[in-house]
Amino acid sequence: MEVYNNGLKMALLEVKGLTKRFKGLIAVKNVSFTVDEGECVGIIGPNGAGKTTIFNLITGFLKPENGAVFLKGEDITNLKPYEIVNRGIARTFQLICPFPNMSVMENVLVPLYGKRKKLEGNLEEKGSEILKLVGLSHQKDKLARNLPHGDLKKLEIARALATEPEILLLDEPFAGLSFDEMAVLMEVIKKLHESGLTIVIVEHVMRVIMNLSERVIVISEGEKIAEGKPKEVVQDKKVIEAYLGVSTIA
Amino acid sequence: MLNLEGVTVYYGGALALENVSLSVEEETLTAIIGPNGAGKTTLLRSIIGLKKIHKGSIWFAGKRIDGLSTREIVKMGVSLCPERRRILPEMTVLENLEMGAYLRKTKGEVREDLKKVFDLFPVLEERKGQLAGTLSGGEQQMLAIGRALMSRPKLLMLDEPSLGLSPIMRSVVFKKIDEIRMEGVTILLVEQDAYSALKIADKGLVLENGRIVQESSGESLLKDENVRRAYLGI
Repeated sequence: MEVYNNGLKMALLEVKGLTKRFKGLIAVKNVSFTVDEGECVGIIGPNGAGKTTIFNLITGFLKPENGAVFLKGEDITNLKPYEIVNRGIARTFQLICPFPNMSVMENVLVPLYGKRKKLEGNLEEKGSEILKLVGLSHQKDKLARNLPHGDLKKLEIARALATEPEILLLDEPFAGLSFDEMAVLMEVIKKLHESGLTIVIVEHVMRVIMNLSERVIVISEGEKIAEGKPKEVVQDKKVIEAYLGVSTIA
Repeated sequence: MLNLEGVTVYYGGALALENVSLSVEEETLTAIIGPNGAGKTTLLRSIIGLKKIHKGSIWFAGKRIDGLSTREIVKMGVSLCPERRRILPEMTVLENLEMGAYLRKTKGEVREDLKKVFDLFPVLEERKGQLAGTLSGGEQQMLAIGRALMSRPKLLMLDEPSLGLSPIMRSVVFKKIDEIRMEGVTILLVEQDAYSALKIADKGLVLENGRIVQESSGESLLKDENVRRAYLGI
């Protein structure tokens, strides 16, 4: 673990005073938080609160008007998305977008190919490892467009993993999954976390957030309104009002 | 109001629906549950004429509608809120909603319905001049539901309406779907959130591998051991 000069532990990811405007609308307002190595952090909040925008700012898809993003103490705010991926931050998207006419294995080989100079061993072996990790080995020769929805969600994660990230940002990975599929994907993410991967997850399924995340950040109208252990956060009055609703406390 | 008789559909070589027969009574809410890939979306797409059926027939309000164009079916009073939102990103929120009323002639009624949609989702009114593609995922989902309502359908088909919505919005949407039914709209609802869907449903259908394997009242499916284990996790 790297350490600051003053002896404090350095966060793996630090988001400092991020602000993003879309014309008149302030989508993200002075948001700061840190993510430590090996943590699994959940981000929740009402629709339109700015959760995906925060992911877009971290990964370079959008540039903030104010504030900065640090990875291991280095400022990555003005880097391009591909440069940020190469530094170790990978993400998934709400609406899955694999290459439909490529096989599952080929979909994973695309990001691996970008890493070919740094990787030891055969790319297909590495691809097989990743597919095994997410539980897609049996589907590896199928065309992506023929996969059921639950498997596509896993493929989305597999493609992100193939960039060999230190941090994985997951944007609503459980949306549209059946109960059985959720249970399977929850195990996959748990396994990734246990293997040491740092994870930040945006999700509305509270059962998932309560189960997976060690710390939860709540965003509402672009601002951080609460942060803490999942059990504490769901009892927070502001969180119940803005997000959970009175009758739906998890 | 809606009848399917022995409907069979293929996707390429794969059988997507096999000999599906069902009937939806007027002013009721029918929920279809089942795993991903079971054929639920195909079923809705077939009814609204986006997918050709290979065998069987589909009847709406006494008329045979399989083979008709989607435009004609919508005009008869069928509306679909599709999976994955499918909003028009380069149009404003208001223009998207107006597109939902494209086939209607009565401007006064359209204005009334617009007001209803804005009451249902106030955020859409706040953002009505904004390009729909700049909405958040959950807001786009609200827009897709609103657009489906703008044709003032007799039969409203909703494909995963709660997808991507916050817990509080999710309960609002299910409450509103229930209210829309009370107003006399017939509803066919496909949902992964089987519990919320069956709770407001008059009838529930379980679709697996392109076949209806169970059909019963929403309440009794909620109590059914197999359904509880497979779809509710309790």
